[in-house]
Amino acid sequence: MSDYLKTGYLKNEDVEFPKSDSLRGRMVAVTECVQEIPCNPCAESCPVNAISMSGINGVPRVDFSRCIGCGNCVAVCPGLAMFLVGIKEGKGVVSVPYEMLPLPEKGSEVFLLNRKGERTGKGVVSGIRKTDKSRNSVIVTVEFENRELLKSVRNIEVIK
Amino acid sequence: MREISKHPVLSFERGKRIKFLFEGSPVTAYQGETVAMALYRNGIDVFSESPKLHRPRGMFCAIGKCSSCMMRVNGVPNVRTCILPVREGMTVERQKGLGEKPSKAVKYPPPVIREEKVAIVGSGPAGLSAAITLAENGVAPLIIEQNPRLGGQLIKQTHKFFGSERENAGKRGIDIASEMIESVKKAGVEFYLNSTAFGFYEGKTLGVFAENKLLKIRSKYFIFATGAAEKMIPFEGNDLPGVFGAGAAQTMMNVYGIKPGENVLMVGAGNVGLIVSYQMLQAGINVKAVIEAAPKIGGYFVHAAKIRRFGVPIYTSTTIKKAIGERRVEKAVIVSLNKKFEEIPGTEKALDVDTICLATGLIPSVSLLAQSGVRMKYVSALGGYVPLRNKYLRTSLPNVYVAGDITGIEEASTAILEGEIAAYSILSDMGKDVEKELSDAISELSELRSGPFGAKIVFGMKEVQYE
Repeated sequence: MSDYLKTGYLKNEDVEFPKSDSLRGRMVAVTECVQEIPCNPCAESCPVNAISMSGINGVPRVDFSRCIGCGNCVAVCPGLAMFLVGIKEGKGVVSVPYEMLPLPEKGSEVFLLNRKGERTGKGVVSGIRKTDKSRNSVIVTVEFENRELLKSVRNIEVIK
Repeated sequence: MREISKHPVLSFERGKRIKFLFEGSPVTAYQGETVAMALYRNGIDVFSESPKLHRPRGMFCAIGKCSSCMMRVNGVPNVRTCILPVREGMTVERQKGLGEKPSKAVKYPPPVIREEKVAIVGSGPAGLSAAITLAENGVAPLIIEQNPRLGGQLIKQTHKFFGSERENAGKRGIDIASEMIESVKKAGVEFYLNSTAFGFYEGKTLGVFAENKLLKIRSKYFIFATGAAEKMIPFEGNDLPGVFGAGAAQTMMNVYGIKPGENVLMVGAGNVGLIVSYQMLQAGINVKAVIEAAPKIGGYFVHAAKIRRFGVPIYTSTTIKKAIGERRVEKAVIVSLNKKFEEIPGTEKALDVDTICLATGLIPSVSLLAQSGVRMKYVSALGGYVPLRNKYLRTSLPNVYVAGDITGIEEASTAILEGEIAAYSILSDMGKDVEKELSDAISELSELRSGPFGAKIVFGMKEVQYE
């Protein structure tokens, strides 16, 4: 594990990531919750029991083969530490929780940001979802050509 | 303008406009806001001047704990303007030093005496949950709250809570607060707002100053859920207006819809510093940096990740050296620290900020208990002096119970459980059959504390718990 408590961000290799072959045509949840904190809504909200934890202080783990990509965990996670990743028609797709204004518009181009807030490219917003579970937080889905970025895009910036 | 117009999570319902006089000139305020907030929203930073050096002073904690916002209101000095609701036509003046006595004595009506079964001091998560638990079991408590609203600091927690899905996890603090306040009101629990408990005598009588009248509350049982106060740390210029507790900034933004500043330095990367920084981004404020004296981020990593992905830098092994400014903060100088927490010369860096927020810890608000002779102990892991108590949260005075941050600095989920425990303990003492509920709440609390982040509290508890 990298020195994330000094830097405030994880590196790609710190995150358990599904094999990219398995992502074709589907979305899968990845968790960036790496500390033992007393919290379990992700596991409790999963309709297919794909998220396992050893007790309330356990670190969540996603069973990628079971995950159906519903996004319940993304909506409910208080740490905004759940994301969806996938590949659709050859493009990289990432869904991130988003609680800022202005909201991007569907179909608009946005900057893709990595875990340090650096712009690493541009993508197109393919979905904006508000769910009951999310209590005002919105899940924004972006698509982009460079699939290498699947592992690192974790935020977006609306282009003004 | 310091008003927040749009917010991703909150909508601000502002009351009708009223006017009052500040230093002889009219100021427009919204009904329902406090004097300090109205002044600050109108761009007024300086509320008083210091007694000896006549330095400008502003508010610091914004919740009635620190006295930094004291002004002369309607001729009366030393009024905490941060918790005083603004009224049409009132006169407010900057206080010079310690304040001058009113020109004529203020007459108050004779004290109102109340006889109660249970009195609860404080209406934060601990006090509210105690009140709800008591009311559900047929005991009507009386709540005393010094702020203008029920809910304590829960009413500004816009983030989603951690914890167990069965309880409140995934819900925003503000929504938990509304639900609890609604339950208290539905149950018909009586409460006094804008009412400060100033003395606790022989474990029997609570003195309360309730909006121009004196209350003497005699009660069989008391629950103290008075919370905690933000800590000031020593550095040059720390008294300048624009240096706020991080919680004060949160009150301004999330309760009153006011921006504390445009460019902020956050001091402290514990959960409070990280969460408030994120909420500042949501309010459209630029967080220039979060600094942390320790070599590691102290709060939950996920809170750090939330601000890092918006490009906010976090500098560990770094502290604040000084605040610079004439009438308010204009710059902050930060400096790197070595392993012994000593400043490394030559590493000073000036940041252009108008606001410095201190998220450097909290101190349990124990003064009423200490004054009444409850046995206290200093436990660093719990944040300072805390009352000795048993696992049922009974103090050394057998009719006096405690719940929430007054027992040691933690967070809302544990405060809610402690409120329940204190209430069930009292109900049990009254002879009600609540043994199962009591032991369930106790075991749930210990489960929440069982992880590595609870270890410090559990360690501290051993110092203050008796059988």
